[in-house]
Amino acid sequence: MDQIGPVFVDGVIYSAWLFIAAVGLTLVYGVMKILNVTHGSFYALGAYAGASLTGAWLARGLPPMLSYAVLAGGALLVTLVFAPAIERGLLRFMYAKDEVVILLVTYALFLVLEDTIKLIWGVNPYFVAEPYALLGSFEVGGLRYPTYNLILVGLALFLAAGLAWILRGTRVGKLLSAVIHDPEMSRALGVNVDRFYLVTFTLGSLLAALGGSFTAPTVSVVPGLGVDVIVLSFAVVVIGGLGSLPGAALGAVIVGLVRSVSVHYMPQLELFVIYFVMAMVLAFRPRGLFSLAEPRRI
Amino acid sequence: MTRDRTPALLVAVLAAVAIGGLALPQWALFILTIACAQGLVVLGLMLLLKAGLVSFGQALYYCIGAYTAGSLARAFGLGDIFVQMLAGAAVAALVALVLGFLLARYRGIFFGLLSLALSMILYGLIVKSEALGSTDGFNLLPSMLFGIRPSGAWVRYAVAVAAASAALGSAFLVHRFLKTPLGRLGPAIKDNEIRVEYMGASVRYAIHVNYVIAATLAGAGGALAATTVGHIDPEMAYWTTSGEFVFIAILSGTGSVVAPFLGALIFGAIHTIAYDLSPNTWQMSMGAALLAAIVFLPDGLWSLFARRKAA
Amino acid sequence: MAAIIDARGLNKSFGAVTAAEGVTAAIEKDSIVGLIGTNGAGKTTFINMITGYLKPDSGSIRYEGRDITALAPRQIARLGICRSFQIPQLYSSLSVVENMRMALGIMLHNAGRGGFFSFAPAGVPGHDAPAEEVAERILERFGLAEYRDKNAQVLPGGVRKLLDIALTMAAKPRVLLLDEPTSGISAEEKFGIMELIMQAVRAEGTTVIFVEHDMEVVSRFAERVLAFYDGRIIADAPPEGALRDPEVRRYVVGGELRRMDAEGAGARA
Repeated sequence: MDQIGPVFVDGVIYSAWLFIAAVGLTLVYGVMKILNVTHGSFYALGAYAGASLTGAWLARGLPPMLSYAVLAGGALLVTLVFAPAIERGLLRFMYAKDEVVILLVTYALFLVLEDTIKLIWGVNPYFVAEPYALLGSFEVGGLRYPTYNLILVGLALFLAAGLAWILRGTRVGKLLSAVIHDPEMSRALGVNVDRFYLVTFTLGSLLAALGGSFTAPTVSVVPGLGVDVIVLSFAVVVIGGLGSLPGAALGAVIVGLVRSVSVHYMPQLELFVIYFVMAMVLAFRPRGLFSLAEPRRI
Repeated sequence: MTRDRTPALLVAVLAAVAIGGLALPQWALFILTIACAQGLVVLGLMLLLKAGLVSFGQALYYCIGAYTAGSLARAFGLGDIFVQMLAGAAVAALVALVLGFLLARYRGIFFGLLSLALSMILYGLIVKSEALGSTDGFNLLPSMLFGIRPSGAWVRYAVAVAAASAALGSAFLVHRFLKTPLGRLGPAIKDNEIRVEYMGASVRYAIHVNYVIAATLAGAGGALAATTVGHIDPEMAYWTTSGEFVFIAILSGTGSVVAPFLGALIFGAIHTIAYDLSPNTWQMSMGAALLAAIVFLPDGLWSLFARRKAA
Repeated sequence: MAAIIDARGLNKSFGAVTAAEGVTAAIEKDSIVGLIGTNGAGKTTFINMITGYLKPDSGSIRYEGRDITALAPRQIARLGICRSFQIPQLYSSLSVVENMRMALGIMLHNAGRGGFFSFAPAGVPGHDAPAEEVAERILERFGLAEYRDKNAQVLPGGVRKLLDIALTMAAKPRVLLLDEPTSGISAEEKFGIMELIMQAVRAEGTTVIFVEHDMEVVSRFAERVLAFYDGRIIADAPPEGALRDPEVRRYVVGGELRRMDAEGAGARA
């Protein structure tokens, strides 16, 4: 019972991280009906870009407080370099193909990007802890937590609110919702669906990159960083419902809390529970807990 | 009607391995054996592909086969390679029999995701299991054949021939299966499930059967891999392992029961060579090869992806 | 005469839409029955309930005395009730002959013949010759032999329809349900195709129920007509009578078949 506090706090922090990591994946699926394996690559790219640029920034003696902006900037930069090129240069020729084929294409791209990262940044670990250490720690219920984790939570909330506002409050967002519901109809009504795909893919990849870059100060950035993230993101997105943004939030919260409970009470089941929940959702409610409403066919 | 050339081909390949193997260096025999192990898994994948299903979780059964073999060796000193393969296959078959009831209801991306989730569940369990060595896994002694443990220099050859016999024998059985009315249902299911049901055949049953066969093959493959490498670890259940199998399956195509083994051999050869040449770009080469196969090699791809996305 | 299919009091609603209301009909063995009605009148719902695709909210369907109301399509097909489709359901990656062989292969599968341990080519139940031989025969009979090696997707519309029906008939059903067999086929070809089907049907002693919008086809080939409107059967009579029925005129045919009055007698076979 005394563990409830730490379980809750851990859960929230992990959920926040999961949401940031997974939301881009569900966005891309919702709009483009693609399960994008390169999502994990962009996470890794963001981590490497964030870590290396921040490292360089700090080495030059520039203000450490601005390193957070550098993290964000690094993610943005690396996304703009790779995402449009991938979407325009390869992916868009595959849209007519089967869902599973496109998934395999993104898997092939993922393999290519894994080595691309090694070629650019080498195989040695990057460890840039300043942004993390800078903020110190705070105390809750007798336990100390790094303040940096609040940034993650804040980022998650910011992204959630931002995406919700974009989708509901802006014209672009509403058009995006239309495309999610019915790309054919949207195209027939004059929406430039191709441009939307480009924007969506870039945005989804940016979200992944931000996840990677803001996580970088807390870990040792090594090759293979994206590999675990992909499958975890798949789990979150499936649980919440493929293509649903509220679903991604719900999925993140569920996985985060379930894992946190497991870590504290049954550590051997930590990984098992996540995928067990994923399998359960697939078994009983395959469309997820927040499935995309099927438009009524007249 | 054209004569069935496959049995002759299988015998020829086996003979080639038995004779040619005498001249091959140890590392080549190793690659050959691993190709047999992976080929077995891919042979199973091929059955599912013919029915229009892509499993991203064959690693589940591969791992089950490996850990079954390893545990038998550790607990009972059971080291006979054929016994290990049979045991691995049997346990895998049992698990698939149960899980098949659930999975046979899924199609497309959901089949893929559920199969993925199930393999990751096993991964999660093993990784945290002290008894099974968690992330380190454990080792196996070199294999025995019919009670004899071949001497050092001959081990790899003996294992390679044993592996090839098992692999090609399995291929023959699958080939026979594919000639039965049930075995022929795959393409019909992929093209038009509705028609199949309305003609009175159970699609779910057919998929269940294919799924169990695929799992059995993967279990045997896993046991073989375990005893060849001499070491097993949870990575064998990880999604990237399943990904590799799918990769080889796409490369090989669904044209013949020999294709998966050929594909696995090519994959193994490229992997070794590419890795030796440049360890930091071999994945890139693989990725590029997969892309090329998807875009330009409609052969194996064609039968899977002939069905276009409905507008 | 014994009713091979006996539908009693079938009711089916989808929310506010009544697809079937008190539908009762006894189909006699070896008869040829035409179902007419506008879209949404309930003809296809009726067929869907017989084939097990839909379960009625209430009522029952008996086949040769046996209650089949709750059975699945697969089970009903195995009992000998087979349907063709409005949009031809073909195996899209296979050629015409491969499509036919696949259908026959399924029959072998259902009968448990030709399995793993058999070494001689098995005879297809009902045809008693190996599948390859039977396939050629059936293609001949339906005039599909010239399209033998063509891929199913490149076939012209009428040929696709014919293949769909041929596949259904390969199973030698006791009851054959045809869903708009001549829709999508040009006027010149309609009668030819129906003739082909009816010839094959007469040779086997099959009961036929077909949905049709073309009244000339109906009056030419049906012995009995069931007219649907708003989920109810509003007329049940031989074509001549049914097509003259004022309710049928009003709700199904439209007032204009003046040609029928003059040619009705001669047009029927």
